[in-house]
Parts: sequence; structure tokens; C-alpha cells
Amino acid sequence: MADGASNDAFVEFERVQKSYDGETLVVKDLNLSMPRGEFLTMLGPSGSGKTTCLMMLAGFETATHGDIRLGGMSINDIPPHKRGIGMVFQNYALFPHMTIAENLSFPLEVRGMGKSEREEKIKRALDMVEMGNFGGRRPAQLSGGQQQRVALARALVFEPELVLMDEPLGALDKQLREKMQFEITHLAHNLGITTVYVTHDQTEALTMSDRVAVFDDGRIQQLAPPDQLYESPENSFVAQFIGENNTLEGTVKELKGETCIVELDDGEIIDAKPVNVDKVGDRTQVSIRPERVEYNQDRLQEGAHTLDAEVLEFIYMGDIFRTRLRVAGNDEFIIKTRNAPDQQRLQPGEKIKIGWLAEDCRALDA
Amino acid sequence: MSDSTDTGPVLAADGSPLKQSLARALRREKMRALALIAPLLLFVVLTFIIPILSMLFRSVENQIVSDTMPGTVAAIQDWEAGTGEAPDELVFQHLFIDLFNASEAKEHTKLGTRLNYEQTGLSSLFRTSGRRLDDIGETYQDPLEEIDPAFEEADFWYSMMNGEGGEGLLEERRDMWNAQIGGGMDGDVGFVPSSAMIDMLPWTTTAYTDWAIWAAIEDEDVVAEEEPWEAVYGALGMDLRNPETAAAIAAYDGPGAEQLQAAVANMDQLPQIGFREAFAEMDEDWLDPEVWDTIAVYSPRFTSGYFLTAVDLKLSAEGVTAQPEDRQLYIKLFNRTLFMSLVITGSCILLGYPVAWLLANLPLRTANVLMILVLLPFWTSLLVRTSAWKVLLQQQGVINEILVWLGFVDDANRLILMNNQTGTIIAMTHILLPFMILPLYSVMKTIDPSYLRAAKSLGATNFVAFWRVYFPQSVPGIGAGSILVFILSIGYYITPEIVGGTDGVFISNRIAYHISSSLNWGLAAALGSILLVVVLVLYWLYDRIVGIDNVKLGG
Repeated sequence: MADGASNDAFVEFERVQKSYDGETLVVKDLNLSMPRGEFLTMLGPSGSGKTTCLMMLAGFETATHGDIRLGGMSINDIPPHKRGIGMVFQNYALFPHMTIAENLSFPLEVRGMGKSEREEKIKRALDMVEMGNFGGRRPAQLSGGQQQRVALARALVFEPELVLMDEPLGALDKQLREKMQFEITHLAHNLGITTVYVTHDQTEALTMSDRVAVFDDGRIQQLAPPDQLYESPENSFVAQFIGENNTLEGTVKELKGETCIVELDDGEIIDAKPVNVDKVGDRTQVSIRPERVEYNQDRLQEGAHTLDAEVLEFIYMGDIFRTRLRVAGNDEFIIKTRNAPDQQRLQPGEKIKIGWLAEDCRALDA
Repeated sequence: MSDSTDTGPVLAADGSPLKQSLARALRREKMRALALIAPLLLFVVLTFIIPILSMLFRSVENQIVSDTMPGTVAAIQDWEAGTGEAPDELVFQHLFIDLFNASEAKEHTKLGTRLNYEQTGLSSLFRTSGRRLDDIGETYQDPLEEIDPAFEEADFWYSMMNGEGGEGLLEERRDMWNAQIGGGMDGDVGFVPSSAMIDMLPWTTTAYTDWAIWAAIEDEDVVAEEEPWEAVYGALGMDLRNPETAAAIAAYDGPGAEQLQAAVANMDQLPQIGFREAFAEMDEDWLDPEVWDTIAVYSPRFTSGYFLTAVDLKLSAEGVTAQPEDRQLYIKLFNRTLFMSLVITGSCILLGYPVAWLLANLPLRTANVLMILVLLPFWTSLLVRTSAWKVLLQQQGVINEILVWLGFVDDANRLILMNNQTGTIIAMTHILLPFMILPLYSVMKTIDPSYLRAAKSLGATNFVAFWRVYFPQSVPGIGAGSILVFILSIGYYITPEIVGGTDGVFISNRIAYHISSSLNWGLAAALGSILLVVVLVLYWLYDRIVGIDNVKLGG
């Protein structure tokens, strides 16, 4: 699943396990390798083990089993303050009794840095996040977005090679969040810092990361760049979790190289791309992205299988139309079409035929 | 709406000015709020604030001297204190009248007790003298009745003294009685002093009026049918000794003229000594100038004497002076109270901080169990806990036994843990500990653990993270706990009383002593007021230094 350890890996998890109560594993056999300078996002529902992984990397939790390496050195026994890892917390954790400048000065002071050098670095870090004029304020006097920037500056001011971010944008409103996503990505890439970012927001993960590790049930379900993750989910969890997805259940009927024939539970036949089905007779969930479903017969391949569908609801969303259909007994089958001048607007009750390219329909584990 | 151009006041929907209708709405809300707290407010004012204020008022109140001895106090103003000489005859004449009245009303012992706070011995002086004033009066009564038996007769006195024009004197003396016994002397006396007698026999008329009011109202007798008390005869003696009076009597021809003239003719049968000497014969302390200094200094209606005593000073004829060394007590007690309260507060911080930290950082279920242990002392009677400490701390007590058994302490040198400051500090630290832990806990509970993590991730060691990040945020809790513990301990009573012995008692124990044993409520009130002021000053200082906004009891 995950990439194996390689020689130029900067952060490595090797067979890491974590249990809090000695009965259940929160993290099960985690293997992960990150090169220097990468922006990696750990994405997953709550309780999937992603934050635990981050805390183990930061040193606030110890791995029950396995090895965590940083720059080739095992850091299992190094206390957090000696790891030199910058961290941005979900609630920012800006020290309320210190001014912004004092907050930034803190990591430099504990490293015994001289006053003039400190001031220079603080200024540079604050300028970097466009907060240069706020050094004398207290955290409580700043807005959420400003606190977020300061927290970022504080995590970066002592020039760590690795920065961890634990859902740092969770408390911001949507617009600000999108702006900050963009800024954080730029900053990370410009400074060339290796970043591990934890979030449960898949949009955030897709837009920001070089690679995304999707966590579920204590394991990495898929580790891939965003486009691959979206377009080629390796299992039904990833397919469901990332983006919107239509699922149909059935049994593999025929398996021939890059395509397979799946018989749905109501007896209809469709084409699909086998991803993790092994043999004929396997149960499977086929997944089709709403925007890849086609109802214009002209655009379908010759000989492609089609399904009967009944329009249940048409939702006008501005840039796109979202239509809910009943397909093969599934009332929640969604298709998305672009709002183009020539686009047909389907009416509820209309009967249509839908189909898709075989490679867009992925036969995954049931 | 087009009222943006309107320059007049903004109007509400019904046309009245908006400000007015807002004020009306707010007033209704305020009244409702007031109605909600009214029962408690009334309760607190009636049962707490008013009694406390009246108690504090006692710290300066000194009416008893001038109310009991109004004539003496007025006469003594002309006497120069600090000359080493007792006052002259006039003052003693007033003293006779005042003290006689007071002893009839049984008020002279109260005055003696009051003055005894300032000078030991005055209580017994007043008590014994009060008993023997009748004798002085009789030294005049007996010879006068010898000279003319009419002096024994009630109607003789009444016909001589009764008349008209003396209503002023009657009311003046009635006020004197009312002040002395605290009211209740109103009503018909059935007697009005005659103005002729006031002019001719001023002492006698005054004394007779005093008696008449007392007899008519307190004893419910008919003035005309009763023989006056001995003071009237003594007063007649004072008048007769005045040469001008003798001349006036010679010219007098009203009722009793014959008898009075007989008395003047037989002056040699009356006592030849004045009241000054008579008092001196009774008790030679009456000639002690110090006694009179004390009376003079404490004659005003309000006095700073209690407060001065409370800070080891005293009011004397020479002004404010230090108490003699062996009577200096209160400054030492105040200092000790403050010092021990500080030590108790400090040890509560030291012991309570780690516990509060543990409480705030343990999982909820464990923390709740621990919290019960912290609260357990609250559910036990204070007296029981303190008594338990007595069992633990005494020389044959549990702690000493264990130490001896473990061999840490020699059997012969058992630790003295009780009846001294150590005992008070140990027991009070234990008793007040919850008051430190609870505010600390509630403040620590609000400190997000991510601050410590952040500090560590930024490179701080455990200690630096604690000291620079956690501790400053817990200071409001320390402040709140310290104020609570300090203020509680500064006025603590039961625990020092039981385990403090003599060395470990607080100022409050002294206040309690004055309230319940020595009955010197004025001094107790003064000590209490000083304690209150000290606490307020400390509170103010704390507000200046730490800021009261930084005090959190929770949230």
C-alpha cells in the first residue's frame, strides 16, 4: 500500500503501531515515507488514527511498536523539545499571556539566541505572514485568521525542517479557509519545508498536498497524489471518502484484462475497470463519479452497456446542474452536468438511458 | 423612512421620545431585578449590616461617662488635668449628686467597668463608693432632723419645693435620667420645682427634682407623700455652706422658712468637712489625680481611646502616649496574625498547587474521586477536624508516637507541635487547603493542555514550558486562592483557640475574649474595625499589584 522506505526519505514510519488501552490498536501497522520538501496530508474521518500519527511524530505520544525516523535517525526516544519540529495546533495554542512578538520570541529564547538576532527573525517571520504591525498585540486582540497566521509564523520562526499542522484551518470560515490554504501551500513550497498536514476536509487535502494519505481504521488506505486519489481510488472507502461518488453493487461476471462485466443486483449488466476484484463471482462495489456519467448516447462508446434511469430531482446550482436519478434500485444516484448553453435540463419523471466509459467505472472491493 | 432629515429627537412607535420609552423599559427591568434580590437584601441589611455597623460604632462611642455623670463632666472642664492635684470641692459636690443618682439607678457599676478598662481599680472604687453615698447623705440628714423634726416630713419638703416656673429644670433632669437609664422616664411627676427655690437652694432643688422624678415614675409613688432620699439632705448641706444662701434664707418667708433659718443657726451641728474630704475619707483614691485624669480624658461623648488601646497607645492627660511595656499586646498580635496568615497562605499554595494540577490533568473519573477527597474536609465539622488535630499533634499524640517508633525522634525530645504557632499553622493549612485547591483547579481546568505541547514543540524543556507558559496562566488561580485563604485565616478563631495555646492565637481570639469575657465591646469593636481596614487595604494593594480582574474562581 504505502511506499517502502527509501534512502532519501526524510520522515519514515516503519511498522508503527499504537494502542492506548492495550486492547485495541488505534494505529495498525503504519508504513510511510516522505522525501524532503514534500507537503503530505493525512486525511481521514475522526478516529482514523491520523492525529495519533501526528502526535507520535511530534513526540507527544510514543509508538507502541515500530520505528519513526527523521532524517535517517530514529526519534522514538527523543523528547519533543529536542526534535526541532514546528507545529501548528488546531486552536493555535498561542500563549495568551504573551504578546505576538513574545510568542515568536519564545522558541528562539529557549534556544539561547541573542536579542538582536531574535528581533530580526521575528520581524522576518511576521512579515512573511503579513503580520508585521501586530507584534505588540495580545493573541486575544487578533481575529481567527490573524491568530492562524501568527501560529504559522511561530512554528516557522525557528526554521524547522519539518512542520506539523493539526487541522489548523478548522476554526476559520469558508472564505478565509480557502485563502489560508493557498497561502500555506505557497509558504511551504517557497521555503522548501517538509510539511505534514492533518485534516478531515478532503477539499483541503486535495488542493494543498503533494500527496495525500487517506486514513481509515488505523491504516493508510491509499497514499497518492490528489489527482490519482480522486480518479483512481484503490478501494471503496477511498472512493466514498474523496469527492462525490455513485455506488452500485453487483457481482463480477466476466474478467478480461483492463475491463470486466459486472452484473448488478437487479440483473443489469455494466462495464467497469477491475481495480481490486480478483476473479469472476466476486462481490463488488462499482464506483462512478457523478461528472463522468453520460446520458447523451452520442458520446458513449460503441457497444457500451447502458442503464435505464428515472429522473427524480433536478437541482440548479449555478455552474452545474445536479440531477438525482433512480438507477438499478438506487435512489441516490447523482449526475453532474456543466451549465453549458446547449445543455439539456432534465425534468423529474423523465426516463433516460445513462452510460459511461469503462475506465471511469471502477470495480472495487465490496 | 424619511426621518434622516428630522433634527428632533428620535420617536418611538407611539410618538413618545425614544430615550424616554427606553428608560421606561429599562426601569421596569431594574425594578424586577431589585424585587428578586429584595428579600435577601433586606435580610442582609437587617441581620448583618446594621448589627455590624452598630457594633463598629461602639469602637468610638463613649456616652456612658457624660450620661452617668453629666454635672461632674461639666464641672471638670475647668479643672486642669495633669497638675498632680485632685479637683476642688465643686467637682466633688457634682460627683456626689451624679453618683448618688447613678447608684440609685444601679448605673454606677457600669461606669466603673467602663473606666476600669482605662485604669485598673476604678471599678471597685465606683462600686464601693456608690454603696456608701447614703452614709454621706445621712451625716447631713440626721443633724437636720435633730434641728427640726419637720425635715423628716414629706409634706414639709413638698410644700417647700413645689411651686411654679421650674419646668425647665424638671425637663432638664428628666433628660438626665433618660440618658442615664436609656429612656422610660416620661410621664407626670406631680411636682414642679419652684423658681424661688431654684434661685435660693439650687443644689437642693436639683437633688429634690431628681428624687421626685425617680419616685414618681420609677417607684410609682406620690411625691408629696414620700420623704426624699439622702442626697437631698447632702445637697441642702451644700447650699447652706454657701454664705450668700444664708443671707437669702434670712430674707425668705415662704414655706419652710422657719426650719431653714433654724438650720442656718445650727450650722455647727452639720458636718464640718466638705464633700472632697468626705469622699477622701470614704476612699483615698478619690484624691488620686490619676483617677481624675482618666475621668477627664474619657469624659467626651466620643473617644479615640479604644482605637489607641488597640494599637498599644493610650490617651492620657499628656496626650497620646505609648502603653507601658507590659501592657503592649495588640501590635504584636496583629503582626503575628498577619505573619501566620502569610505562612498559612504560602503553605497552602505549596501543597495545593500540585494537587490542583493533578486534578485538572487526570481523567475525569479519577479526578472526581480525588475531588471528593479534597472536599471531604468541607463535609466534616470544623470543630471535629480541629479536635482531631489536637489528638494528632500532642506530645503523646499519633505523630509523635510514630516518629518515636520510627526512631526519628528521641522519646525524651518529643516534638512540641501544639499550643504554639506550629500547631496553628499545621491545622489551619489543612483546614483552608480546599479554599486554595478549588480556585486553582477551576483555573487550571481552563488552561488547554495544547499550550504545554506547543511550548515543548517550540523547544522548551518540561520545566521551561511549565514555568513560562503554564504557571503564568495559573497565577489568577493562585491569586484567588491566596485572597480567600489569607482573608479567611486573618480572622480565624476556632482553630487557633483550640491548638494555638498562647503563642499561636490570632487577633480574633483576643476580640472574642473582649466580647465574651472582659465585656470590653468597645475595644473589641476597635480591634475588629482595624482588622477590617487591614483586609481592605491588603485587598486594595492586591488589586493594584495583581489586578482583581485577574482573579478567577472558575470559567
